[in-house]
Amino acid sequence: MLGDITIGQFFPGDTVVHRVDPRVKLVLTVLYIIAVFMVRSVVGYGLLLLCVLAIARMSKVPFKYIMKGLKPILFICIFTFTLNIFFTKGENLIFEWKFIKIYKESLINAVYFALRLVFLVIGTSLLTLTTSPMALTDGLERLLKPLKKIKFPVHELSMMMSIALRFIPTLLEETDKIMKAQIARGADFESGNIFERAKAMIPLLVPLFVSAFRRADELAMAMESRCYRGDVNRTRMKTLKMEKRDYTAIALSFVVLALVIVERSVL
Amino acid sequence: MEAIIRLNEIDYNYDTSQESVAVSSVSLDIYEGEFIAVLGHNGSGKSTLAKLMNALYIPTKGKVTVCGYDTSDDDSVFDIRQRCGMVFQNPDNQMVATIVEEDIAFGLENLGIEPLEIRKRVDSVLDAVRMGKFSDTSPNMLSGGQKQRIAIAGVLAMQPKIIVLDEPTAMLDPVGRVEVIETVKKMNEQLGITIVLITHFMEEAALADRIVVMDEGRIVNIGTPREVFSKVDELKSIGLDVPMATELAHEIRSLGFDLPKDIINDEELVEAVCRLL
Repeated sequence: MLGDITIGQFFPGDTVVHRVDPRVKLVLTVLYIIAVFMVRSVVGYGLLLLCVLAIARMSKVPFKYIMKGLKPILFICIFTFTLNIFFTKGENLIFEWKFIKIYKESLINAVYFALRLVFLVIGTSLLTLTTSPMALTDGLERLLKPLKKIKFPVHELSMMMSIALRFIPTLLEETDKIMKAQIARGADFESGNIFERAKAMIPLLVPLFVSAFRRADELAMAMESRCYRGDVNRTRMKTLKMEKRDYTAIALSFVVLALVIVERSVL
Repeated sequence: MEAIIRLNEIDYNYDTSQESVAVSSVSLDIYEGEFIAVLGHNGSGKSTLAKLMNALYIPTKGKVTVCGYDTSDDDSVFDIRQRCGMVFQNPDNQMVATIVEEDIAFGLENLGIEPLEIRKRVDSVLDAVRMGKFSDTSPNMLSGGQKQRIAIAGVLAMQPKIIVLDEPTAMLDPVGRVEVIETVKKMNEQLGITIVLITHFMEEAALADRIVVMDEGRIVNIGTPREVFSKVDELKSIGLDVPMATELAHEIRSLGFDLPKDIINDEELVEAVCRLL
């Protein structure tokens, strides 16, 4: 169950998609998210699907791997889909049974909403799958650099993010281990109603938290012993430089964005 | 010769309101190029001693000098930490980055070194710990021994004079343990780096030039492995073991056979027993 979470995971590779400047990728992801919310026809979704498929293909990340990221949001998808289908009103009634009324417009709306969620997750997981967390936070730090002027803790924020990402697999592994240890002692995580199950989580969460704090303490000490002192006089091994492929990526995305805008005004 | 680390009548307690002290009136001089092992059971203060050596802890009483810098002087903290690197017990909890080479670069980035120079040093230390082909891997994919070698590389890249290792092998399997100890030994012999190895494995301590034995926050014995391990009963009284070979020799001797008192490894034992026959 825990192995299924791929959000925030990195899939190492050496493709064009991997090598594009993380700053560019971040900005393009934001543009992509805007585009996802702007399109409102089959043509638009088709266009975005094509883009995502092309990028996924170029990145050589197995398609199954990307799809695995969708599992955790399946529930949210179904939830918004149902809400939209039953609680929005339209003009063309297509189904009626007692108090349940389904309109054509609300059905289309529901499908689009669910699609948007799916597109959002696929797009953002493509970003994290092809960008190492270090590069990602590094890119973010550099993008937000102007905010330093208003005393926004840019470096600290990106450091926290990269450490959080670094420890996701470690803590997942640990959760799994504690879970098995508790099951071996007779703990039951799988039966009972939702309250009983929540209560059963306590013997899992307490040791997990204790150990996470201990890890944090040790990591802080290890960082200090390696001369970490925040953003003071710090350099980076990998410097970011915009290259031809980055400009190409930007140009291509603007073409797509333009098409989306046209689609929105025409269809 | 001037000592590279000098501990002068050190006291340290975690909680000043309490009487209990983690380390009390410890004095120790460590010289450049030495390989020192610190032995002691859990709670003997050996780990605290390690953290006092690079200004992670400041002694409550007494003075610690590292390469001429006083650890209680706030301005020299980073000079000390650069010269005296530290490797911790848990390999997972000292990795900052998700990629091996970026983790090694972490210390150098903190020191504000030029990107090209960082690259050069990272590549060279990766070779030094024989982890060159893992430069792009995630630490999660590595074994414990490999992770510890990366941690050592990260410290080595800062070109320290001293490396303090706080039970670096305690969480490793036998194969990983050998890998790490061989790497440490190599750093000491080929690069002349002073090593302080905190451990509770007697076989590792036997490789050192000098052994410091700690009990209840005090140093109870200092000497070469031969000197220290020859006092089998004394070590046992404070809950420590001796290497298997030493123990066996001790047992044989107590049966009335004439074996030398300073046997510390298997080869010596075999030789001595053969001579006896």
